[in-house]
Amino acid sequence: MTSPVDTTKTDITKANKRKYAMEKVSSKIFLICALLSVFSLVLIVGFVFYKGATPFVAGGYSFIDFIFGSDWVPSEDKFGIWPMIVASLYATVGALIIGVPIGLFTAIFLAEIAPKSVARILSPAIQLLAGIPSVLYGVFGLAIIVPFLQNNLGLARGQSLIAVIIVLAIMMLPTIVTVCETAIRAVPKTYREGSLALGASQIGTIFKVIVPAAKSGILAAIVLGLGRAIGETMAVILVAGNALIIPTSLTDSVRPLTTNIALEMGYAAGTHQEMLFATGIVLFSFILILNFVLAKIAKGGQ
Amino acid sequence: MRQTKDALLRGLLWASAAVSVGILVLIVGFIFYKGIGYISFDFIFGDYSPTGGGGILPMIVTTIYTIAISLIIATPLGILAAVYLQEYAKQGRLVNMIRFATESLTGIPSIIYGLFGAVFFVATLKLGMSIIAASLTLTIIVLPVIIRTTEEALKTVPAAYREGSLALGTTKLQTLYKVILPSAMPGILSGIILSIGRIVGESAAIFLTAGTVAAMPDSIFSSARTLTVHSYLVTQESGDIGLAAAVGIVLIVLIFAINMTATFISKKLNKADF
Amino acid sequence: MTTILEETTYAHTAPTAMAHTTKATKINVNNLNLFYGEKQALFDVCLNIQEKEVTALIGPSGCGKSTFLRTLNRMNDLIDGVKVSGEIVVDGENIYTSQDVIKLRTRVGMVFQKPNLFPMSIYDNVAYGPRMQGVKNKKVLDALVEESLRGAAIWDEVKDRLKTSALGLSGGQQQRVCIARAIAMKPDVILMDEPTSALDPISTLKVEELISQLKEDYTIVIVTHNMQQAARISDKTAFFLNGEVIEYDETDIIFQTPNDARTEDYITGRFG
Repeated sequence: MTSPVDTTKTDITKANKRKYAMEKVSSKIFLICALLSVFSLVLIVGFVFYKGATPFVAGGYSFIDFIFGSDWVPSEDKFGIWPMIVASLYATVGALIIGVPIGLFTAIFLAEIAPKSVARILSPAIQLLAGIPSVLYGVFGLAIIVPFLQNNLGLARGQSLIAVIIVLAIMMLPTIVTVCETAIRAVPKTYREGSLALGASQIGTIFKVIVPAAKSGILAAIVLGLGRAIGETMAVILVAGNALIIPTSLTDSVRPLTTNIALEMGYAAGTHQEMLFATGIVLFSFILILNFVLAKIAKGGQ
Repeated sequence: MRQTKDALLRGLLWASAAVSVGILVLIVGFIFYKGIGYISFDFIFGDYSPTGGGGILPMIVTTIYTIAISLIIATPLGILAAVYLQEYAKQGRLVNMIRFATESLTGIPSIIYGLFGAVFFVATLKLGMSIIAASLTLTIIVLPVIIRTTEEALKTVPAAYREGSLALGTTKLQTLYKVILPSAMPGILSGIILSIGRIVGESAAIFLTAGTVAAMPDSIFSSARTLTVHSYLVTQESGDIGLAAAVGIVLIVLIFAINMTATFISKKLNKADF
Repeated sequence: MTTILEETTYAHTAPTAMAHTTKATKINVNNLNLFYGEKQALFDVCLNIQEKEVTALIGPSGCGKSTFLRTLNRMNDLIDGVKVSGEIVVDGENIYTSQDVIKLRTRVGMVFQKPNLFPMSIYDNVAYGPRMQGVKNKKVLDALVEESLRGAAIWDEVKDRLKTSALGLSGGQQQRVCIARAIAMKPDVILMDEPTSALDPISTLKVEELISQLKEDYTIVIVTHNMQQAARISDKTAFFLNGEVIEYDETDIIFQTPNDARTEDYITGRFG
């Protein structure tokens, strides 16, 4: 057989040697690309922790005072972030208290109650809103929510913990609705039918059977929303008021961890800057705990 | 008793949905209502004027720069990383480590990325507050997005294609670029488009790495502001809600277009799946 | 343990079975064992496959016949944790000691259970293999594509639509284009893994006719579930059970006067 392929076959081994070499090289290149995310993570964690730990390791500052100190006056060398930790926790928990029930109920409505034609329009629309830049939620908060609070609660300034809570709750709504809806829709039909066949009402079925069955997905939605809330920066700056006090009421002006970093990074230097990185570490630790919880929940759901 | 309870809960479900939808409509409506008056040809294509009345072309250009640079870097790296994870890697500790890192990167808040970018790209690499420093920071932010979506896309490529190609005496590399990547392309594209959305919406990380200079950037080494940062600064500094909302309209339209494109492409993907 | 196995296996592949033929041995399999991790899937398989004949591999599901077929072009290499011992000699070369898998797969082509054409045009599918070997000349490729499609008895059906998507063809047509794609590589051996199991009876018949023509030029090893098919198209048949070759002989003998009771049970439909 003298065919075109046969003629190439005569020097095939030589050609193949090059191919095998290419195979080896390319798989190494792919591996390097994959390792890049590990490298990035190490770099990020390394730099942020190195910078943030410097004052405590080399500068003789007390980490306890940093966490539990209530005064943040960089010009007087006082770095206490307790007010910001409290503000971040209050704001996040408050946003969850408002956002989760509304989001979950909206998801239940879309998945179980709403006519298909309605759900088919609303679900993607809400999903789309999850992609809106968070700054715009802050702009909305400053223009509508803040004046509303100011006028109706008789505050000197509308920028307050409650304003932050409302903005964060609104911002996390699309995420919570979308993830919860997916979880509820994933509950097998047989559960629904089984419960209805036993004479349970539609509403009874939803709350006794479907929501418990979608529990792990709903929890994941909450953790995701929480992560978004605790990490949000620019929208919060616009409505928080940014006062350095431990909030004692919902109407107090607050400065959460993230906003402290964004507000002062521009001009901070030396120890002051390092303390902002230390603030970042605290924030980072919150997120790591969240990720850990998320992983646990995901495992429990399988 | 049960019926009252049911009716009450049902009412709550309807009310919650009404509140959610109402608020979200209110936000979009508010942005458009406040901002639409500012939208004009000159606003979008005019140069910025510090005294007011100018356009937002510098911010649009800056946004496009950041998208282009970060995607040019993140796309090939992300795709090749996904190829490694899906096509080459044997399951084991190395892969688990890479997966863990990728997932962790997804969860880091953007302000932390901003801190890192400020100390690493801006200060350590001496890039200064610049478009390039911001873009490199954004590269790390979107890398996990591209890796994840590409992995999902590669999973949808039938194993039969791989076997069919390899059985013809081709190498894995040939199979990859002739058969597997072309088949996965729609999924990869929609991942890239999602990344554009992420870049456009990003603010805190860019704020700390690109700075806030409101002028047409001379080069990618100039400090400049993107649309989102502009929207924030306009609100924060001058309280000009209308202007911020007008920038918001541009952003929302952009995000909408991006999402439509992604949906369109992923629908095509499903159809192409025979 | 091994000695007993070897003895029994050799008994089945006794020289008497080979005495009927004058053709040369194309593939020589000796004491082939295959493990998926800890689990052994093939036990001391010994087979001599003759040149330019159709050898059918039959047996119940999970008996190892497909696994065995995939050792012949080392497709099992793609699965993690597969270990192979023993030897497979193709044209005097042990394919498991040779490092050149690419070369092996250009010589030993394969057709799969379900047609697996790529989402490209018919032409590009058939030209795919040669192109990957570096054939760029358009005239050469054109000729090769036509020759291969003619060889797979599908040229007349597709010659006017070579540039259209191959996935628009019917299942039977696709499978014959798959065969064309395999023979475009000018292999010596074609492995077929239940090539008609996804096809309707008429398409099956066409593919079977094609196989009978192809053995003029190629050595064919075919796995089939369909015993009539094995009887119709093959020269030799090997009966696999639980990873062992129970009996290997002329197809007529296997189907009419099998030596082993288990073979008889299987072909008369008592199990499997």
